[in-house]
Amino acid sequence: MELEYGPEYDDFRAEVKSFVKENEGVNLIGKSLRSSDRVDWQQKLIDHGYFARSIPKEYGGFGGDMDILKTRIIAEEFAKSPIPKPLGGQGIQMLVPTLLELGTEDQKQAYVKPTLRGEIIWCQGYSEPNSGSDLASLQTKGELDGDEWVINGQKIWTSTAKFAQMCFCLVRTEPDAPKHQGISYLLIPMDTPGIEIRPIMQMTGDADFNEVFFTDVRIPATNIVGERGEGWKVANATLTHERGSLADPDVMMNRLYALIDLMKSETIDGERVIDKPAFRDRLLRVQGKVLAQQANALRLLSSSINKGQDTTMARFITKLIGTELRHELEGLAIDAMGEMGTLYEDSPHLRDSGSWQMSYMYFLGLIIGGGTNQIQKNIISERALGMPKEPKIPGA
Amino acid sequence: MYFGLSEEQQSLEDNIKKYLEDNASLDSIKEVAGGDSAKSADIHKGLLELGISGLMVPEEYGGLELDMLFASVVSGALGSGTAPVPYAGAYVMAPIALTLAGSDSQKENWLPKIAGGEIVIGIGLSEYVGAREDAAITASGKTISGRCLFVIDGKDADAYILANKAGELYLVDAKTKGISVTELVTVDKTRPSIELNLDNVEVQLLPGSKNNQEVINKVLDAGRLMLAADSIGASQVMLNKSVAYSLERKQFGRVIGSFQAVKHMCAEMAAELEPCHSMIWHASHCYDHDPSQARLMACHTKAHVSEVSKQISKTATEVHGGMGFTDELGLHYWFKRIGLNRQLLGSPELVREEAARIQNFDQSPAGGQSNKEVGNPLLV
Repeated sequence: MELEYGPEYDDFRAEVKSFVKENEGVNLIGKSLRSSDRVDWQQKLIDHGYFARSIPKEYGGFGGDMDILKTRIIAEEFAKSPIPKPLGGQGIQMLVPTLLELGTEDQKQAYVKPTLRGEIIWCQGYSEPNSGSDLASLQTKGELDGDEWVINGQKIWTSTAKFAQMCFCLVRTEPDAPKHQGISYLLIPMDTPGIEIRPIMQMTGDADFNEVFFTDVRIPATNIVGERGEGWKVANATLTHERGSLADPDVMMNRLYALIDLMKSETIDGERVIDKPAFRDRLLRVQGKVLAQQANALRLLSSSINKGQDTTMARFITKLIGTELRHELEGLAIDAMGEMGTLYEDSPHLRDSGSWQMSYMYFLGLIIGGGTNQIQKNIISERALGMPKEPKIPGA
Repeated sequence: MYFGLSEEQQSLEDNIKKYLEDNASLDSIKEVAGGDSAKSADIHKGLLELGISGLMVPEEYGGLELDMLFASVVSGALGSGTAPVPYAGAYVMAPIALTLAGSDSQKENWLPKIAGGEIVIGIGLSEYVGAREDAAITASGKTISGRCLFVIDGKDADAYILANKAGELYLVDAKTKGISVTELVTVDKTRPSIELNLDNVEVQLLPGSKNNQEVINKVLDAGRLMLAADSIGASQVMLNKSVAYSLERKQFGRVIGSFQAVKHMCAEMAAELEPCHSMIWHASHCYDHDPSQARLMACHTKAHVSEVSKQISKTATEVHGGMGFTDELGLHYWFKRIGLNRQLLGSPELVREEAARIQNFDQSPAGGQSNKEVGNPLLV
């Protein structure tokens, strides 16, 4: 057991700290996505190696060695400050790694750099109205007509579709093949004629998701990643990544500190909520769970830099436990505020911009999204515990 | 950076588990539970040969002077085999108390004997943690009087280390006049419990514990980590047995482990238990290397693991159906072990209150470490 990163990392941490301090005044709130201010900031982070660190220079990255501890130090130091964080999202987290691994040279050249710089925003076209947990049953159709794919069908739960320029999309191109082998991974420009986007108003009051309709949408035949019928494999390489990213224990720790602060400042009959034993015990239970998750994350970090540590189970459980725990944590804050906890939007007496209700509902969405937590339990029992799949119903 | 067990720790764990598989079968445990003390003495002797008594004793007193992570690893292995032997009190808490607070002559007198497996010292801290029935010991000159309940590893012990309400620790030779021992019958037949009644019993104060609660807290933290580790070991076995049973037992023409209802019970157990392994490693590491986090981590680990293992002991029993309820299958030995660990040295509610006190929630104002900015979760 050695939790120190080692002296060679102290200098690096000092360097990141001073960058963070120098740039404390940078504020991008209100600047739109793809605005020059945001792109410039993103490029500055790349130039310093604080973003896209291990992505080759020729594709717009920093071109440094893969060093997970440095990545970790960057995340830790940025988390301590209000300075703008590097861009995330499905394009950066899912598409870029996929293209770097499986894309053609032309695709890498065309898409990686502008995606890293925040000039191209992507959306993910996976789920369909009748293909949620059973994603591989998807029916959106792609037919090759000369040197063009013609796409017809419908996607749903497509986040960021409203402002995305591109969509990475799973489409059935081989209707006669078994369901997992009939899918291709296509890259679709969102300004192509025949695409219609309808926002889905959600329980939070926002509309983060959309339905996307494709009617005779024509794109170049070369806009395919991997071979025809290999789309399921291409997509699966990155789905694992998404599940891990939904439950970041650093963010969870920050929210816990915010909850502790809230419970110190809220009062009932003049007594602080944190001084009431029933509330305090609930807080402590949540804190214990957060500390357990933090330890689990340390183990995962360790296994990514040390060979031979088996963390199959530790990895499979993060989405299930992390999303449930965030939901519980945010819900406790609402209880601590009582009626005040139900305030929302721009109400008088609103606490913390309504972020507790917003996150409480949002994490219910994440319990469902990214592979429902019931599907996660299937995955844990089948892939980590070695239990059998449910017998197939004939014809399904 | 390496977060995990060393090769030495891993191999010690494997050796103890292997020893228990070979020498402490379920049939043996049943014999011990039925009152066969020769059987438990045999198992104890074999474990002493593997070195469990010397882990925490400094080298200069003949011990191995290993760190808390070793001690946790051993405790986990003992829990997985429901080992009917003294450990947390006799071989972890006692040597730590003596090392931290004993006089030179006390250390010379007792530590080498602990390391050599010659003696067992029972530990009575229950009244410091939270006295029941107003039990307490009070000192008067060189003697103490009073009552101690649930002295850990106290059965047939050669000596006791007992705490008063102020956290001062007294060392008592078991042969001293004025001590009467009453056996308490708990659900856990693998580790007997006792009550001590003391009437003007001559004792020695461990001088370092005088007006210094840091000593007893360190002893308490170590004990809580051992109990948590024991429950994690026991819970892992209950989960493993559940999965194995579900793959054998058939109903409706298929193994019950192919039903989602059963799969999800197992997945939930696994998902709750897996982080507990990392948590006990982290807490054990903090015990030795991060004083600012050590107490908080020990409290939270004891409380959190107690909650998780309680749930697993229930769910695992349910997965086994009617068999889970039988003595024949013997799953209840792990269930009961987890049940006793939960209450010793503070139930989760008591330990969480302590975690709150450590953080000074009652004194400190809001405005600490939080960063309340919440971005769009889709873009982070």
